[in-house]
Amino acid sequence: MTEPKKLLIRNPRDAYSQALIQLGQENPNVVVLDADLALSTKTKRFGTLFPDRFFDMGIQEANMMGVAAGLACAGKIPYVSTFAAFATGMTYNVIRQSICYADLRVKIVATHGGISVGGDGATHQMLEDIGLMRALPGMTVVAPVDSTEMEHAVKAVAAAQGPCYIRCGRADVPELPVEEPRRFELGKAQVFRPGTDVTLIGTGTMVFECIEAAERLDEERIDARVVSMPTVKPLDVATVIAAARETKGIVTAEEHSVVNGLGSAVAEVLAENHPTRLARIGAQDTFGESGDPAILMQKYGLTAADIAARARAIVAGPPGAKRVPEAKR
Amino acid sequence: MPYDDAVIHELEVKSLAARRLIIDAVHHAGSGHPGGSLSVIDILVSLYFAHLHHDPRNPDWEMRDRLILSKGHSCPAQYACLAMSGYFPIADLKTLRKAGSHLQGHPARGKTPGVEFNGGSEAQGLSGAVGMALAIRLDKRPGRVFCVLGDGECQEGQVWEAAMAAAHYKLENVTAILDRNGLETDGPTEEIMAIEPIADKWRAFGWHVIEVDGHSHRQILEALDAAKEIRGRPTILIAKTVKGKGVSFMEGSLSWHGKAPSEGEVVKATTEFDLYEKRLRQSYEEKVGVRP
Repeated sequence: MTEPKKLLIRNPRDAYSQALIQLGQENPNVVVLDADLALSTKTKRFGTLFPDRFFDMGIQEANMMGVAAGLACAGKIPYVSTFAAFATGMTYNVIRQSICYADLRVKIVATHGGISVGGDGATHQMLEDIGLMRALPGMTVVAPVDSTEMEHAVKAVAAAQGPCYIRCGRADVPELPVEEPRRFELGKAQVFRPGTDVTLIGTGTMVFECIEAAERLDEERIDARVVSMPTVKPLDVATVIAAARETKGIVTAEEHSVVNGLGSAVAEVLAENHPTRLARIGAQDTFGESGDPAILMQKYGLTAADIAARARAIVAGPPGAKRVPEAKR
Repeated sequence: MPYDDAVIHELEVKSLAARRLIIDAVHHAGSGHPGGSLSVIDILVSLYFAHLHHDPRNPDWEMRDRLILSKGHSCPAQYACLAMSGYFPIADLKTLRKAGSHLQGHPARGKTPGVEFNGGSEAQGLSGAVGMALAIRLDKRPGRVFCVLGDGECQEGQVWEAAMAAAHYKLENVTAILDRNGLETDGPTEEIMAIEPIADKWRAFGWHVIEVDGHSHRQILEALDAAKEIRGRPTILIAKTVKGKGVSFMEGSLSWHGKAPSEGEVVKATTEFDLYEKRLRQSYEEKVGVRP
């Protein structure tokens, strides 16, 4: 057994804050809005450094989105933050009508997505935000895997002419063990680990669960490909189809409902292009609850063990079929 | 600055011309909102032809004033003003709501020149106005931002969020105009969800309030001028209007909120417009002592 790598642990919200500050220094048109959660979303530091360009609107998310739209109309580059539930829920019609239908370059960076928000409970554990945003024409939707990717994504969307949505969770996240410098491209997935038996496609921090699942499957001689797919819209269709062609099936994993998120996006591509066995790991059309994040991830089926189980079933074939002989290396 | 009779008369002539275009456009579209367009038209004519700093040949002019029609369903009125100003050909008005036309059923930024912000869902325009005003102030530009609201629209929470924000940010470069015609789709506002005392509410939210007759160009313009002198807070004109104003069978009527006039109804309206045009000219000539 190899020595576990010492992984750097960071918080994506800190990375967001740092990226914002850098953008703010480079471009005087970057402005930031928040809704009384600047300490949590970490936009506060931008506000301290650039008070004229920071608008903490208080608890009025719908207005905040409309104000962001107005700022964008008048030449500014707005980054708007609050918790995912409020960023996409309280505001949906404003995002749709004032922002997306006008193709405005508003960047919504939402924190506290997913169930690992923990103690605050279901009202704060947003599990439908990717779905809501994905449904909007012209919207780019990204769930970065770690803090470095968060920084890249925040900077990558600065130049985007249309609206963007980036989401992260609340918790600290290890850095993905890849070589630096990182390459990040909006709309492109990265094959973290090649494999031929089954493909595990994760978005956001669920990529780490996919990696651990692949290590478990290794022990059973199942060779799993692991793909990190931070951009849910536009989806990297080529990578999905390649996985369908080259492996026996796909397991998607997201800290989000299985309805309308990454899993659904992948299902759409497969059904139209290359029907393939698919299992969607995510919240099974349910709300969350208060609890310790690790316990909740287990209770709601969002762990490496859950991913590995579905992968195993895909490799084993349809129920009743003979078990597939050990995969060749 | 007092507005002389000649200027006011010109605006009344323009309002009448715009009313003809509104009725014609909605008729050709086969659907649309004549009632609210007719109640707001005198406000828009005052703005477009005697108050806004704007350049129809250059809709993106950085120094311009911006107008957001938050009560977006009344866009036939805005489209008439934009066309008459020269943002696009008047003939385009006959394509309102038709597939492929830039004249959408509710204002669409990026489609129609002169439209600053999408309209249609009520209550989002004032938020946009706040955002634009903040940007303009950051850049130290001279432009002002105008937002025209409906009274039914004032039932929506986001309007009050934006009102709160405008006052909080001391946005003296924001001026709102409330088209207080008293009616919404399902009935009078005060029966559906009472908004009175509406002037008090805006004052309580930190706005300077001026009440005007929404069909008097002079009162509207004098109030807009007064708003320019107010420091440290935004201003709202509460403009008392009549829904359907200018067409006798539409005035004060609920059924003309969202219905297109038929051929026969257009003829009736036109007859009334023609009569009014004559009276307008005669009374002006009497006023200024022109030989008939």
